[in-house]
Order: sequence, then structure tokens, then C-alpha cells
Amino acid sequence: MNMNGRPLPQPDNVSAPFWAAAAEGKVLFQECPECGHRQFYPRAMCTDCAAETEWREASGRGTVHTFTVIRQNWAEPFRGELPYVVAMVELEEGVKMMSNISDCAADDVHIGMPVEAYGERVEDGLGVLFWRPGKAHRG
Amino acid sequence: MQRALADSGVRKSDIDGYMCAGGGMGRETAVDMAEYLQIQHRFIDGTMTGGSTFEFYVQHAAAAIKDGLCDTILVTYGSDLLSLQGRMLGTRGFLVEGQRVGGPMQYEAPYGNVLVGAYAMAAQRHMYEYGTTSEQLAEIAVAVRGHAKLNPNALYREPITVEDVLASRMIADPLHKLDCCVISDGGGALIMTTAERARDLAKAPVYVLGAGGSQTHWNIGQMPDFTRTSAELAGREAFGRAGVTPADIDTIQFYDSFTITVLLLLEDLGFCAKGEGGPFVEGGTLQLGGRLPLNTDGGGLSSCHPGMRGIFLLIEAARQLRGEANEAQVADAKLALACGSGGWLSCMGAVVLGNEAP
Ligand SMILES: [Zn+2]
Repeated sequence: MNMNGRPLPQPDNVSAPFWAAAAEGKVLFQECPECGHRQFYPRAMCTDCAAETEWREASGRGTVHTFTVIRQNWAEPFRGELPYVVAMVELEEGVKMMSNISDCAADDVHIGMPVEAYGERVEDGLGVLFWRPGKAHRG
Repeated sequence: MQRALADSGVRKSDIDGYMCAGGGMGRETAVDMAEYLQIQHRFIDGTMTGGSTFEFYVQHAAAAIKDGLCDTILVTYGSDLLSLQGRMLGTRGFLVEGQRVGGPMQYEAPYGNVLVGAYAMAAQRHMYEYGTTSEQLAEIAVAVRGHAKLNPNALYREPITVEDVLASRMIADPLHKLDCCVISDGGGALIMTTAERARDLAKAPVYVLGAGGSQTHWNIGQMPDFTRTSAELAGREAFGRAGVTPADIDTIQFYDSFTITVLLLLEDLGFCAKGEGGPFVEGGTLQLGGRLPLNTDGGGLSSCHPGMRGIFLLIEAARQLRGEANEAQVADAKLALACGSGGWLSCMGAVVLGNEAP
């Protein structure tokens, strides 16, 4: 995935572990040891019971929950990437996150399509996660 | 403000409450505007829920007036969105190349989503779950354009067909150009006061019978269910307080940022069951002469959309209930529902209005 010019995350004290893991191609999410709630994006507390959460590493497998093919975006660098897929990926572990689907034609993307995560390292402590077609996972 | 004062017969010095979400997309704030307009308020509200802000204001204003916090509230909105940045709201966004982004947007910024894309993902999921078609979504754009034809101030007035919508350029699958609202400048004002005071004013009053507002998320990546919105909760509150049901409503003024927005609101507000919005809008249901005329001013899809058009939903509903809608008049309109959608299908505000005292 071409990273040139993309707006990038500014990690903060809550999100830093997530972005650092992404640089290694790992997908993290939060789980609550008190109530079991899983959440993304990362927060300072569990959104169900307000307890402190713990990090969990996801399998990196998921499915396309919904998506669109962006065919008009005047902002660089995306203008040069058209058309491209923006999708909500549902992880095996249940949480959803936005990303792009790469390594396949935009028109081949469909809801329910199995995908797997990979990270693009930007710098120390910062990588960005993308997804590409993957093998169907066991339910 | 001038025209709202003239229309209602309220003197500016009678205004003791003020509500404003800022100009454009939230520049000049309520306090800036209160200074500019020299409003001597004893109640002020600058809540900002995006396009549905004004439906939330009606809820807040009704409570404030009922509680005696103030008697007469002015709500204003003005935006130079088109002049300021052209037609970039839906397909450019606010981020610049290489920008470092904090807060909740850090999880979406790298991926180049645009505003249209957010609604497109909702439409895509709705099609997947319920078999909704692009033809059905197009019916909504066609109905609204038919009403824009009757509004001399509407931006686009040439009639369109379902085929025209489908043939228009794809912006973000499955939404075509004609599934998307226009971008314009625009503004409006409205005044709310006690029923008692309203009786002696220049025009027959329009009564707030019930109002409700709710939120499921703000950023689209946090939408819990891409086929359901907080209009379920907002509508239940508004209808419950008004003591009426969807079947009683004569005309709907809905936030039509995109055709899918209207479809979701119809389902979530209970005009049809979840998933049945597609068949529901077929056959001219939303056109004048149909069961439920939608956006009789031409809406955001054809008339005007300065960024947060929720105020126009209330203004057009009031026109309908006063019988002032000219060619677009819904015969014998007694009850109207205005429902705003703010953000990325995030914050929904519903208001039931009537022309008979409750
Ligand atoms: Zn918890």
C-alpha cells in the first residue's frame, strides 16, 4: 500500500500500543477483565462498565462487514489512488474497524469476503493496518 | 432574523433566548452571533449535533420555555459553504495531505474515506441485508426533485427519472451523484414562544407536539449497526409525547443528505418495518398526492444544502401546517414530522408539529 502523503495517526497515551503493534503487523483490541466487553477504538476505560481494559492480540483475520468504492475524492494523495475500497472489517474477535482492502480489484470486494491484516510501518512506534483477501476462517 | 420577526410579529426586544450552532460548518459560535445580533438572552444553547442540531433545539427550547427559563427563543443558521469551499463537502473532507490526526479520527484518517462513503457503507449493508435496490433509492431523489420543480428558489428543478439517477456518475458505490444532496449557501431563522403568547402574534401558530433526539455514534467507524439509526429512540420519544403515530402524519420533512438517509429514517421512525423501506418508497409514496409527501420544498437533494439543513425541515413543516406552501401544499395538512440527521447518520432529532393546540 502506498503510504505517501496519507494523513497519519498522531498516537496518544492510550493509542500508542495499538499503533506500535500495527508497525509489526499485529492487530490489537481492548478487552475488559471485569465484564468481558471488547472494544475498538481504544479508550481509557471499558465503555460498558468503565473498568480498566487490557490489550488482546487479534488473529488478524476478519470479514468485510460493509464497504464502498470511493470514485471521487479531491484530496491528495487519495485523488491519485481512485478508485479504492474503504471498508468496515469485522474481526474474528467481533470488533469492527475501518480500513482499505488492497491486493484485489475494487469490484471484487463483497460483504462477507474473508480478509487478513497487514501492517505498513511508517516510523518507530507507528504503522498503519490494511487488509487483503484472505482464507475463509473457521467460525 | 429580519424575516422571522416580520413573519411572526415578534419584536426583537422580546427575544430572551438564543440558539445557534455556528455559521458554515460551525465557525461563528452562539456567543459570537449573540454579540453580532445583540441578543439580550437569559438562555443560550450552542449544542452542535450536525444537520439535526435544529431539531434538538426545538426539544431544548420547548423545555426551557415550559420551565420559564425564557419566553421567546430565536434560532438562527447561516452558511456560505458553497462560496467558501465549493462542492467539496462530500468528496474532499477536512484533512490535508500528510496531516497528523489525533482523537477518534486517527483510526479513520489514513484510509481516505469521504462523507459520501460513510452513507454509501450504510446503503451497501442495507442492500445486502434486505435486498434494497438502487432503483428504490432513486425513487426518493425523483420524488424530491418533483417538489423542487414547484420551488422557484430550488437549485435544480428539471424533472428526473429513476433511470437518470442510475445513469448519473457513481460517487461512492452504491451512491450515484443524484443520490447525493446539493451543496449551496443558505440560512434560516425560527422563533419559538409560549402557546399563550403565540396566539396574539401575526400568524397562526404551529405547535410543537413532541420532540426527541438521540445518538448512536459520531464517527462513522463507530456506527453500531449500519442499517439502524438513533431515529428509533428519537421517534419513539417524539411520537410518544405527541400522542400520535406515524399513520397520523400528513407530510414528512426529512434530512435528505443522501437517498439512503431518508430510507433509514422511514424505517427507524416506524413508517414501515426494518428492511421494508425499499418497497415502501415505490409507487410515488413520497410524492405530492401520495401517502406521505416528502420534502415539499425540494429538500437537500434538489433545493439547497448549506451543510446543516435541519432548520429548513422545520420551516417547511411550518409552511405546510399554515397552508402557505402554494403549489406544493399538502391538502389539509394537520400533522408534520421533521427529522434531522446529523454527522454520519449519528445524531437524530425528530419533531412532531401540528396546527391545532394540543
Ligand atoms: Zn467492562
